[in-house]
Amino acid sequence: MKARVFVTLKQGVLDPQGEAVRHSLEALGFDGINSVRQGKVIELDLAEDDAGRAETLVCEMCEKLLANTVIEDYRVELMP
Amino acid sequence: MTMKAAVIVFPGSNCDRDLAVAFKDATGRAPEMIWHKETALPAGLDVIGIPGGFSFGDYLRCGAIAARSPIMRAVADFAARGGHVLGICNGFQVLTETGLLPGALMRNAGLKFICKDVDLTVRTTDSAFTSSYEKGQHIRIPVAHHDGNYLADAELLKRLRGEDRIAFTYDDNPNGSVADIAGILSENRRVLGMMPHPERMNDATLGGRDGAPLFRSLAEALVSA
Repeated sequence: MKARVFVTLKQGVLDPQGEAVRHSLEALGFDGINSVRQGKVIELDLAEDDAGRAETLVCEMCEKLLANTVIEDYRVELMP
Repeated sequence: MTMKAAVIVFPGSNCDRDLAVAFKDATGRAPEMIWHKETALPAGLDVIGIPGGFSFGDYLRCGAIAARSPIMRAVADFAARGGHVLGICNGFQVLTETGLLPGALMRNAGLKFICKDVDLTVRTTDSAFTSSYEKGQHIRIPVAHHDGNYLADAELLKRLRGEDRIAFTYDDNPNGSVADIAGILSENRRVLGMMPHPERMNDATLGGRDGAPLFRSLAEALVSA
């Protein structure tokens, strides 16, 4: 089973990289951008076939390593 | 007996030898250099240094992979037993990633890598790291980092202030750190994390000695059995 993890900065945490991307987009003439937040996507290919167990496993990975939960939120998407 | 120090070395550490020289200058005793794959520490250590650099290429997050390396479990146990731990730059990032120090170090607010001497104020002398400074003393120490923007929420900041755990602040904040924080202490005051590099300001021929009192403080406080 494959899983995709989205790691993003928590709301309220300033994202200077997102801000720089927004400024650059505006410089290219894209207007009407309220904000840009940059995050990362981590793709995992797991031996586990059971969706429930896979989700539990990936959440544990997020808590222990993939996200820094002091500043980041994560979301897990499973792809059978 | 003089203080017994160790320096942890990760792939990508690059201030480990400078830190070793600073420890040796202060004590006359060369520290043990410990590779990150070790699972146990030598007996009788007084202080462990986590050096600056780019451990594991800063992959995932600065310090994240190093924080989960085998030796860090032993370092956490050492800290839990009341051992002294000094984390400088990437070492500070490693300590926040392991949870030995609270908060997090984010990308610099100006997005640039900053490498220059900065002026700091010593905020507390109540620690084995800062006792040889004067409270309120201004010192000049270099910074060299991309991710030194210290983040603490309002509650944590209040606690750090209330418990006198802010060790150093920037006089002219280079990176966006909350409350100009350059270094903080743990609750038991025995773990210090700081972004500036005192080990790079430890030799008069290399620009100054403003970092030397930190190592002298440790050497005086930690006289080994």
